[in-house]
Parts: sequence; C-alpha cells; structure tokens
Amino acid sequence: MTGRLLSLSRSQPAFAASLAILGAVVFVAIFGTWLAPQNPYAINPSAVNQGSSAAHWLGTDEFGRDLLSRLLIGVRPTMLVAIGATVIAGFFGTLLGIAGAYSRPALSFIIMRGVDIMLSFPPILLALLAVGFWESGVFSLAVVIGVLYIPHFARVAHSATLQVTRQEFMEAEHAMGASVQRVVRVAILPNILSPLVVQATLTVAAAILLESGLSFLGLGIVPPEPSWGQMIGTARGYLSQHPMYAIWPSLLLALTVLSINVLGDRLRDTLDPRLREE
Amino acid sequence: MLEIRNLSIAFKTAAGLKPAVRDVSFTIRPGEILGLVGESGSGKTLTSLGVMGLLPPNAVVTRGEVLVDGVDLIKCTPAELRRLRGGHVAMIFQDPMASLDPIFTCGDQIVEAILLHERIGKAAARRKALALLEKVHIPDPARCMRAFPHELSGGQCQRVMIAMAVSCKPRIIIADEPTTALDVTVQKQVLDLLRGLNAEVGAAILLITHDLGVIYEVADRVAVMYAGELMEEAATPDLFTNPQNDYTKALIDSMPSLGLRQERLPVIERDAAGNVRSVRPQPRTRPAGGDVPVAVDPHPLLELKDLRKSYWVKPTPLAAAVAMHAVDGVSFSIAPRTTLGLVGESGCGKTTLSRAIMRLSNPDSGQILFKGQDIARLSERAMRPFRREIAMVFQNPYGSLNPRQTVADLIGAPLAIFEEGTPAERSKHVLQLLDAVGLPRAAAAKYPHEFSGGQRQRIAVARALALKPSLVICDEAVSALDVSVQAQVLNLLKDLQVEFDLTYLFISHDLSVVEHISDTIAVMQKGRIVEAGPAEAIFAAPQHAYTRLLLDAVPTVGAERARRGRA
Repeated sequence: MTGRLLSLSRSQPAFAASLAILGAVVFVAIFGTWLAPQNPYAINPSAVNQGSSAAHWLGTDEFGRDLLSRLLIGVRPTMLVAIGATVIAGFFGTLLGIAGAYSRPALSFIIMRGVDIMLSFPPILLALLAVGFWESGVFSLAVVIGVLYIPHFARVAHSATLQVTRQEFMEAEHAMGASVQRVVRVAILPNILSPLVVQATLTVAAAILLESGLSFLGLGIVPPEPSWGQMIGTARGYLSQHPMYAIWPSLLLALTVLSINVLGDRLRDTLDPRLREE
Repeated sequence: MLEIRNLSIAFKTAAGLKPAVRDVSFTIRPGEILGLVGESGSGKTLTSLGVMGLLPPNAVVTRGEVLVDGVDLIKCTPAELRRLRGGHVAMIFQDPMASLDPIFTCGDQIVEAILLHERIGKAAARRKALALLEKVHIPDPARCMRAFPHELSGGQCQRVMIAMAVSCKPRIIIADEPTTALDVTVQKQVLDLLRGLNAEVGAAILLITHDLGVIYEVADRVAVMYAGELMEEAATPDLFTNPQNDYTKALIDSMPSLGLRQERLPVIERDAAGNVRSVRPQPRTRPAGGDVPVAVDPHPLLELKDLRKSYWVKPTPLAAAVAMHAVDGVSFSIAPRTTLGLVGESGCGKTTLSRAIMRLSNPDSGQILFKGQDIARLSERAMRPFRREIAMVFQNPYGSLNPRQTVADLIGAPLAIFEEGTPAERSKHVLQLLDAVGLPRAAAAKYPHEFSGGQRQRIAVARALALKPSLVICDEAVSALDVSVQAQVLNLLKDLQVEFDLTYLFISHDLSVVEHISDTIAVMQKGRIVEAGPAEAIFAAPQHAYTRLLLDAVPTVGAERARRGRA
C-alpha cells in the first residue's frame, strides 16, 4: 500500500497531492472541534487583527479570536453546504436537463423555459424567501444554493443530451425497442457525464463563495459560527490593515477547490473508457 | 516534380517512437497522376501530410527527403513552406463541405487563394475566379461566386475546392480521397474533371484513395501501401492485369466487381510470418441436424404498398414550406430468406425508407406488411413484438455503438431489453454470437473504441442477430469499410443468412456490392422505385435510363478482371 502510494506520488504528483489535501479536509471536517488549539469563540479585545505569533499561529480576527481555530472548525459547515448544494443541484438539474432534451416538444418547452425563469431569479431574492419559510441552518443553506444552481446543471445536461440524441446509437436503442428508462440510464447518462463532472467541481467552489453572501442575510451559518466564505467576506473589510486575515481562508479555499477539480478530471477520465490508461 | 526518398514518419508515444510510415520512396512527374492506394491505417494520408509539412503535432519525420523541384521540404522553415503551399503544392481534401469555410462565399474563398499568391488587383482576381469556375464546369458560375458552401451540393463544393487548388497553377496537387464523400455519378464527373485539368495545367497529381476503382479510372501509375510500407509501384494497366506483390493481388481479388458475381469474396489474411495472401474462405455449412430443406414460401416476409413520407422544407427562410417527398409511393416485397438490394444515390430517400420500416419515423400513408400484418400505424407498445423480428445494422460502426458500454453489454442489449433468460444465459449467448461473427471471446470485456471499423461492424451484426430476427435491414452497412474488410463483412452476412434463415433489406449506393449480395434489386431515384427485378436481369439488361447511368458510372475494374478470370 505504501509502495503504491509512493509510486502514485511519483507518476501523478498532482493527483496524489489532491488526494492528500482532500483527505486532510475530510479529517478536519470530522475532528475539527477537537483539533482547534484554542477556543474559536473567545473574544479578546486586546489582540485584534494581529499577525502570526506564538500564541496565535495564523493571527487573530477583528474580535481577537484565533484564526487557526476558526478555520479548522469552519471546515465542516463549509463542506456540508458546498457538497450538499452540489448534490442537490446535480441531481435535479441533470434530471430536468435530460427531460428537457428528451421528451415531447411541449413538455420540453415548459421545462426549459421554467429553467430559464429560475436562471433569471436574483439569488438574494430566493434566499430572502427561504429565510421567511425555514429556520436558518446548514441544511436550508444547502437547499437554497442547490436550487440556485439547478438551472446551470440543467443547461449543461440539456445541451449534452441534445448532442447525444443525434448519435446513431440512440437510433439503435430505439430500433431495439428500448424503454425510456433504459435509454436514459445506458445511452444518455454515461455519455453526458464528462461536462457534468466539470460543472460539479465548479459548483462546489461557487457554493462556498455564495454561502458567505447568504450568511450575511442571516441564512445558514450565523456568526459567531465560522465558515470559510463568511471569513473571507468579513476579511475583505480589513484587507489593507490585515491582509493575512483574508489570505489564509482564501488559500485553503483555493487549494480545496483545485484538489476537487483535479479529482473531478480524474473521475471523468476513469469513467470514459476511451481515455482510460492501458 | 515531386520526389520522395526514403520517407519515414513515426508517432511520438509514451513508449517512444512508433513508426507509421517506413522507407517510402516514389516520384511523380509533371502531368502524371500517381494513385496511392491502401487501407485505412496504412499510412497513406500520413505520407501526404508529411509531404505538405502538415503533420499532426504527435508525428515526426524520422528520415528521408521530400524534394519539390529539388528543394527539400523537410528542411524548409515554416515561412518558406507557406510560400510553397498553394503556389507549388496544393491540396484537395476528402470532405468538400467541411474544408470550405461556411461563412464566406465560394467566390471570396477562391479570390483569397489567388490573392495570397499572386500580385493582382481584386477585380482581376474575381475575373480569374469566375474563369476558373467555368473551367471546372460548374453550372451558373456567377451564382456560384455568390453562393455559400451550404447552398451547393457536395459535388459542386468539390469543384470549388479543385478550382481553388488549381488557381495558382501549382506544380503538385495532392488529392486525399477527393471523391469518397460523393455519389458514383458525381464521382465520375469529378474524376473526369481532374483528369482533364491535369492535361491542361500539367501538374503532378498525387491521388490518395482506398478505392481501387477510382485509381483504375484516372491514375497513370499506382503505388500500393500496406502497414506503413510501400508494397508495389507499377503502371496502372500492369498493376491490374499482372500484380506482382501478394498484398496487391489479394487487394484486387477482394473487390466485388460488376459482372463477376461470386458466391464468396476472397479476403486478405496475414499469416504468422507476416506474409499476406488472398484466401477464399469456404461457405460455412449449417450446424449438424440443421439441413432443413428450404421451402419456397409464397408469402413475402415484408411487403410495402404505396408507402409515402414527406418532409416540410422551406426553400428560403421567408418562403412558405413545401412538401419534399422523400419516399413517394414505394412498393416492393421481399420473399423470406432472400436479399433485396436497394440502390440509389444520397438523397434519394433510402434512409428515410429504412427508418420508416423500422418505425423510427411515422410514414404518412401506405402499408408496411410484415408477415401479412400492417405495422405502419402501430403504436410503440404494439410495435414492441415486431422489434424482436426486425433488426438493423447501421451505416457507421463508429456511431452506432455506445462508446460507454462493453461489447458484451452492446451485443446483449436486445436480450436485456426483452428480458431473455438469466444474466448467465445471456452472457453465454453473447459468447456464441461472438463466435458466429468471428470475433474472439475475449472481445466481450472490451469497449468499441478498441476495435477497427470492420470489427465494430461485426459487433453491430452480432447485436442485430441476438434475438434471432427474421428481417435484418442493412443501411449502407459496408460503405464505411475498406475493400478487404468489406469483403469479410459481406462473406459474413452471406454465411449468417444461411445459418440463421435471415432475410436482408440491403441498402447501398455501391452497385458492385449490391450485385454481389442481392437476389432481387430495386433502384430508387427521388423517392420512387424506378426499376425492380431479379439481380441478374437488371445487371444484364437495365431498362430504366437512371439504372444505366448508375451502371456506367461504376469504375470498371471488373472488365479487366473478368477477362483475367476467364483466361
């Protein structure tokens, strides 16, 4: 096992590094509360906006709270929202997109125009609606962001499906008398997966950033609970006095998103028999 | 004059250089047409790209020289090459529709080609372009100058390409499969044109094709390539009457030809030592106990009565839609265990007809009687039992197989759809089908992209046979394949007809293939059947003018070979 990991890190360093980073992120998401060196909520007015020091390895925020601790316990809500939203958007978006491309013209018109209407909704409006109906929390945040990204998946799935339906093997499936479920499962889904995987990795990153904006409205992760997006959002105001405050969470976010992208590419290649290595 | 000396080209792969063209040498003199013939993957296109300095980024010239009037192109800088291209060397590509820029008019594109290499005014260039279009015999050249490529037919586009290629009086013209995408009658016109122009311009033409018939029609000399090596170079008449090389012999033998109907087509085999020979495989006999006397069934298996299908098309964006009768009152019948060959050029409605019989589209009127029952207006649900009985082999083996499924899943698809047997029984059946179409059993776990075109078509045939259908519709099933592979698939289809009691509707534009496989023939033109009857009668004495036109247009290697065969 160790030998295989070593050879992997030599032959595909990017993939091995991404695996390691995502492994660490998952580990911190589970055990973050125990790993945090200090109390992430403890306010210390005498030490606001400090740089790195022995007491606070990554410095402190505008209330003198320890940045490292806040980053560590912020992983869990951040990841839950990002991945939850992507799963929701991916599932329903793909379903709608395929249905929009592969059903009777009247139905597909209704579906795709509906998607267009969703696309024109400002995110804040939908978030305000959701705040009115639900209690704020990680779950409702994931649902709202997920719904916001459904049209994106639907558009990608729609155009990819349109391409696939023009291929001769679709005709062959029909000629064999295949059912709709079979055509979708066997012929369409595997062949539109590549762009969807790319869309998913992009959505994870976008969801993390959107989360900070929506938290501002009091939806989802409410201060003093930390999340990466929220930290980046707050740090923007202190960029000139305390640049490292914004850089640390941004750096972690960038690394995580990059790792997800590399993994997504790899997943796409593995799923495509034509690209699979001999 | 073009001289190629010891040209070797290799692909860069992870495992080092993989040679694709080895030590190829030939010369073309001015005013001469050299045909370069070979199967797909034999390195003929790569050779031509190497000559033009247009190799793909993962290929390199490892050795050799390409001399154009004594200048070695391999050593030229990109800037020098650009000057040479067009001025000295011009190229005509396979797909004329794709190689013309869709957003410029044809006239502009020819003018641009002229202005790139000649210092004349725009008005003079336009006059010259018009003269060129007249020279390539385009009807209404003035209209063609204004027309966009999509407004012209494939044959007209190829003429525009030829006009562009000869615009600067190049010394060398490389034509890569210039007529493969065209119909037979159009192909003949384009070849005649190429030949006539060549006599006038005096260029050396390198004509690359997989079609021996084309070579026979126009080439002065022939170079045969196989697996990256030059097998033989000879004057055309010598090559066809007296081929020296084993591969050449095998290649010429494997062509089905008009007027020489054979029970089996010879195929090319390569033995362990790497020697190539032509083998005429014995027909497979029925499995033991299967010696059923073939009763002549008076009832046709499939009968079409006055079938019609129209599309609404708008001639111009603002005009009212008019009906285009793709299938216009077609009637024919096929007796069980026989093959009906349906011949016609592209756009004659063959594919619309086959789609209507498969009920992939709904016919407007008429009857489709399958075993006496009209299926023309059945709902998809009522149609389901008939989907077991009617199978289809599509034209393009690259498109008709889902790239994400293994061969076992592909062949087993009809079984899975109709829930035949347990998964274990199904996989056993798949292995039997692989045997029947002559593929190794190990193929089951692979994906379609790991197979060649001919092998893929075998997979498609195996899939069509999975439920033991009675009617198989082959829509241009061998058109995309090389001659030698085509022979294998045709032999296979004949074998399977005996073995599985199949009835074929064999749709093709290639008369020699149709003659080889069919019992009866129907000739289709503009949505109508213009002539139908037994194969021998139609080929011996065609009644309709269109049939005669089609027959005349087929390149006649056959005559030469028929004489050789009788001698």
